[in-house]
Amino acid sequence: MPILSAQGVNVVYEPNRGQRIWSVRDVDLSFEAGEFVGLVGESGCGKSTLGFALTRMLRPPARLESGVITFDGVDISRLDGEALREQRRNGIALVLQSGMNALNPVRTIEHHFGDILKAHAHAGEHHDRTTIRRRGAELLASVELDENVLGRYPHELSGGMRQRIAIALALALEPRVIIFDEPTTALDVIVQAAIMKTIKGLQRVRGFTAILISHDLGVVLEATDRVLVMYAGRIVEDVPASDLLGGPHHPYTEALLSCYADPRADEVKLGGIPGSPPDLSLDEPGCSFTPRCPLAEDVCRHIEPPLAPLGRGRVACHVRAPTAAAEKEASGVS
Amino acid sequence: MGYALRKVVLFFITLWAAITLNFILPRLMPGSPVDAALGKLASSGVQITNAQRQAVEIQLGSAHGNVLSQYGQYLNDIVHLRFGRSFSFPTETVTHTIAKALPWTFVLVGATTVFAFVIGTLLGVYAGWRRGKLADSTVTIGATFFAAFPPFWLGLLLLYALAYKLNWFAIKGGYSPGLTPNFSLSFLSDAFQHSVLPALTLAVTSLSGWVFGMRNNMINILGEDYVTFAEANGLRTRTIALLYGARNALLPNVTAFGLSLGAVVGGSILVEGIFSYPGLGNLLYVAVSNRDFPLMQALFLVITVSMLVAIFVVDLLYTRLDPRVRQ
Amino acid sequence: MSILATVPPPREAPGGSAEITLRTSAALPGPVQFLSRALRTLWSNGKARLGLTILGVFILIALFAPLLAPHSPTATTFPPYLNPTSTNLFGTTGNGQDVFSQMLYGARVSLLVGLSAGLAATIVAVTIGLIAGYRPGPVDEVLSFVTNLALVIPGIPLMIILAAYIPSRSVWTIVFVVAITSWATGARVVRSQASTLRSREFVTSAVFSGERLFRVVFREILPNMTSLVAASFFSAATAAVMAEASLEFLGLGNPSTVSWGTILYYAQQQNALLTGQWVLVLAPGLAIALLALSFTLVNFGVDALSNPRLREK
Repeated sequence: MPILSAQGVNVVYEPNRGQRIWSVRDVDLSFEAGEFVGLVGESGCGKSTLGFALTRMLRPPARLESGVITFDGVDISRLDGEALREQRRNGIALVLQSGMNALNPVRTIEHHFGDILKAHAHAGEHHDRTTIRRRGAELLASVELDENVLGRYPHELSGGMRQRIAIALALALEPRVIIFDEPTTALDVIVQAAIMKTIKGLQRVRGFTAILISHDLGVVLEATDRVLVMYAGRIVEDVPASDLLGGPHHPYTEALLSCYADPRADEVKLGGIPGSPPDLSLDEPGCSFTPRCPLAEDVCRHIEPPLAPLGRGRVACHVRAPTAAAEKEASGVS
Repeated sequence: MGYALRKVVLFFITLWAAITLNFILPRLMPGSPVDAALGKLASSGVQITNAQRQAVEIQLGSAHGNVLSQYGQYLNDIVHLRFGRSFSFPTETVTHTIAKALPWTFVLVGATTVFAFVIGTLLGVYAGWRRGKLADSTVTIGATFFAAFPPFWLGLLLLYALAYKLNWFAIKGGYSPGLTPNFSLSFLSDAFQHSVLPALTLAVTSLSGWVFGMRNNMINILGEDYVTFAEANGLRTRTIALLYGARNALLPNVTAFGLSLGAVVGGSILVEGIFSYPGLGNLLYVAVSNRDFPLMQALFLVITVSMLVAIFVVDLLYTRLDPRVRQ
Repeated sequence: MSILATVPPPREAPGGSAEITLRTSAALPGPVQFLSRALRTLWSNGKARLGLTILGVFILIALFAPLLAPHSPTATTFPPYLNPTSTNLFGTTGNGQDVFSQMLYGARVSLLVGLSAGLAATIVAVTIGLIAGYRPGPVDEVLSFVTNLALVIPGIPLMIILAAYIPSRSVWTIVFVVAITSWATGARVVRSQASTLRSREFVTSAVFSGERLFRVVFREILPNMTSLVAASFFSAATAAVMAEASLEFLGLGNPSTVSWGTILYYAQQQNALLTGQWVLVLAPGLAIALLALSFTLVNFGVDALSNPRLREK
């Protein structure tokens, strides 16, 4: 049984009266325990929103309009208040995009650990200063930080260190799933590599399910077992990471891959993707990628392609993975 | 330069600037400042005696010698707390008059400001945390409503309603006539009764500034990533609201606290006048009505310096609250 | 950035303007279009709408006072110390003047002082703030120091001292005194915003492409601060209305001016509360409070414009 799954998830965002923007549309996903999955897409495609939806962190003006989120067999989509808060221990943890700003500037690192441990203490568990310091040091060691960091304030530490601390804090919850939202975006390449190495190591040792949200295909390729590609709020491809570099894919994925150049090549031809992402406040029929797609056909304009098998993965593309159901509808339309 | 050191230097420079401003102002008027001051007095029908001329001369710096020597004399007088004699209270020195009034204002303004700050901040935290709900709207509307009241008007209304009509409180003064100020319990409770209305007036009108400031700060802080992260980590609601939210939202308010004292002191001038409460504000009110320049100047100086000191103290306290400014 | 508070929709307007753009006819000149757009956006905010309505009523009263007032405000033709009657809706002063007419004409002074002192203070604040914020270095240091000094020196006592010293006794004295003492808060805010904007890319690119300083400041930076400047203006206007009333109440205004503050002055001199003429105290005070309230309410709308987090749902 998958440890985390989502069915029919739709997230709507209403910034002003009368404006509705569909950030996540009709998403069905499932994650097995111990998997390392990447979620890629460009800015604004809805991947962060999806991550927040899965951890029940959406706040107005964003809202989970419909859909079910199941964790370990339990429907958590409607949980609220104290029940939701308690569920966070041993559940799904979230490490934010700017881990550097994820720490309270007026509290020491030790206090950060203390706050979490005390918030999730079981009956009978008592956390005094010594216990907190011990646990904190353990967790810091697992992200390769020294225990003297405990007495520091966030502004005294570097961006990379703060990101590691954010990861350590998430680990304090003993989570079974960790969602990393752009964990390395604001850091330089070398620090990036170091942190990804740490994350990979932690995942191997502790065995939690890791979901890595990133717009950087390179990072995702290196670390993950499976990659989900999002475009305009929908999942358009679901493929094992090792298959990503070869073989046919969703035209959007192929375009993304062409944007990357081998730094060691002599000559480089960069592709690009003409056009711009669609307006998410409109709900137009057909595949959202059609205006920018080199393979677009008539059916693409009318019917939303479902995810269908292609190789060892799935794509949502009429051309790459035509489905009988879609063809039937198409003949009905034209 | 360390934060604290910078604040100390700033304090002394601003102090010097304020004192000098006080010196320059009367000299901006055409003619000799002493004559200008006395001319005002004469035009309102008061007879100028030699003693008064001397008092003004001392206050404004001796009329002899050039500006620099006058300035030197002025500074000298200030250091020795020689402010001359006032017109309104000719039997005592200005220093003495002010010294009598100082504790009253100190207590009134001090207690009111602290009270308004604490209550206003708490209300602001509550409103910001429960943003958009009924609690927020109630607090916001209430605070807006009270903020618009000119303090002296509210004072007049309270005076009329609670003191005159209902006789709950005394109509004027800091204490009942006939009593002499001392530290006995009966005097203190009598003084307390007399201070309720002025304090209430000042508190109500200055409360709203804190409420709004804190509410806006809370709303901004609650959008910060560390609050999001704290929620994602399942911290208790109270911990987030107080230790992650309010604790950070408080910081800009603390900086503003010192400055707000100026507003409260300003308000107290009008309010004390109405209640004939024997503080500095009332003294300034009397001084202005009588065009009593030595007293006015001295009061201005005392008020400004007190504010500077208060701001300075608050700035130093700030280092305890925000670890980012410590070295 | 956290998705929770503000996620900009996929395409954000250049320059990060948070105002809603409405289509207006191209025939109207720029500033008029801008003003009408601003008014319309403010109107959509509940509190601002109330504030604008109240303000509008006061402006109308001030403009049409001669038509609305039943009698001349200064004519001493009535018996003094009257309570409200059918001829004198609010009663009469100790000099036999009709208070109702005085209230109507008084709106002119309060509005005039409030708006012009607010405007003057804002102009000074914006000028000093822009110069200080845009040019770091000695100019900034000096201007910041002066601003801090002006902030620290308590406003009302300074106003009182200045008003006491200045020989002329006119409404403009008050406008001047209020403007001189209230620019500092606005200047500090403008300066910090200007210095943030200065390092934003669109300014850097404008300077790089050779735009002159004047143009950069007025065409690039200032338009991005409109909400801030507007908020500053309304705060200054609120303070000015209160200050004007306070100064007149203390007798530092021109006693022969007809304004709400002087009505209160005379009321206090003649102990109106104790003689039962409470309308003399209630009416002007209420009017001052309402005018100040209207500015504050409009300011709510302006605040919400510039900070989307504060917008009403």
